[in-house]
Amino acid sequence: MRNRNDVTSLLTLPLALASLAPADADAAVLPEDRADALYHRYDGGGVTVDGPSLLVRKKFGENFSVAANYYVDMVSSASIDVLTQASPYKETRRQASLAVDMLHGKTQYSVSYTNSEEDDYTASTASFDLSQDMFGDLTTVSFGFSRAWDEVRNNSDPDFKEPVDRWSYRLSVSQIVTPALMMGLEVETITDSGYLNNPYRSARYLDPDAGDGYSWEPEVYPHTRTSTGASITADYFLWYRAAVHGMYRYYTDSWGVGGNTLRVGYTHPIGDRWILEADYRWYDQTAADFYSDLFPYENSQNFMGRDKELSTFQSQMVTVGATWRLPALKWGGIERSTVNVFYDHALYDYSDFRDALKGDSVATEPLYSFSADVLRVFLSVWF
Amino acid sequence: MISARHALLLVLAGLGGCGSVDPWVKPYERQNFADLIMAADRDPVSKAYIDHVYEAREGARGALGGHGGGCGCN
Repeated sequence: MRNRNDVTSLLTLPLALASLAPADADAAVLPEDRADALYHRYDGGGVTVDGPSLLVRKKFGENFSVAANYYVDMVSSASIDVLTQASPYKETRRQASLAVDMLHGKTQYSVSYTNSEEDDYTASTASFDLSQDMFGDLTTVSFGFSRAWDEVRNNSDPDFKEPVDRWSYRLSVSQIVTPALMMGLEVETITDSGYLNNPYRSARYLDPDAGDGYSWEPEVYPHTRTSTGASITADYFLWYRAAVHGMYRYYTDSWGVGGNTLRVGYTHPIGDRWILEADYRWYDQTAADFYSDLFPYENSQNFMGRDKELSTFQSQMVTVGATWRLPALKWGGIERSTVNVFYDHALYDYSDFRDALKGDSVATEPLYSFSADVLRVFLSVWF
Repeated sequence: MISARHALLLVLAGLGGCGSVDPWVKPYERQNFADLIMAADRDPVSKAYIDHVYEAREGARGALGGHGGGCGCN
């Protein structure tokens, strides 16, 4: 038996497409031709996820650019949820994406499609985005729309198939403020409809007749969810050629989850071959209205969840990274290439999710916390 | 009182004049924005992955920054 939320499938929506979007997007110029080969590894809380991500982007003529991405998550999970409710498991998720960008004057149009497959979950997402330069090219306005169709299955019940529909709307503005400062504002609303449960997951309730003092019952989630996130970013160029970055995001949704994200970073080049960077990220959230670590009795509410991702918690992450530009290569039309290594260390501290594997009596177990290490190593080639 | 229709016309009229706005940061003052170091997440394949990690572990989703963009430095 598996525990879906150790993986990530419920949210493969627009971010799956982000790998196809140019991070240094310039609405009036198509992104550069490049290829990236990345190895990723996440290790924390009893969960290990690793695999490759391959991205190729190529221009066709003056007005079109095509990008393709293939991504794999190989999951090995013995998380606290799995250990308390199920058995450790392994599984693989494969995701393929294709995007086409078209440039027309100062307007860039993008369409993309992503498919993600696991043995018990399928997600398909189609997206459209448009960016327009204006105000003397000081301002770029972008908006986009995504539509996703998911199917949730259950490996222990071959007849179980439930759909999930997702819609995402986003609007962003990027503004050159001074010769050294660029700021951005983004708002994104996502609506889900359908089976939003994890079919493997259970909620815990007090049960005086049970040996441990508690028992498990299936979770019940609402069938709709609407969320809104709004973020503001700033990138500032320092006089000695370095940059500082900042980001704040406010989040709220119809399940009662509210969150704050704050991120600050510093990028420092050394000569023309090295770029070093450091980053700190804070995140906190309040619990969903129907979340509880321990419900008072069986069927005590119409909606019940004990997903720790819906509990009250805070996390902190520190990132360090280095980019090394390789010496010029004289073959294959390669213009430049880089080797990149990023390491992230994260701490998660839960305020109302208890470690049911520890403690002598129910409701007095210690609060759960864990740390995670994340590694990204990749080769990038521009041609 | 200005109706919604009038307000929309005013906005459209304002946008119609966008092309004539005199940029206060001149094109020759924008070289900083073309520098690689100005982008907090300059590699899409890496940003997509770490955003995926965030959304797998957090209840919040969307608006992670990085959509759109544009540097006007071409």
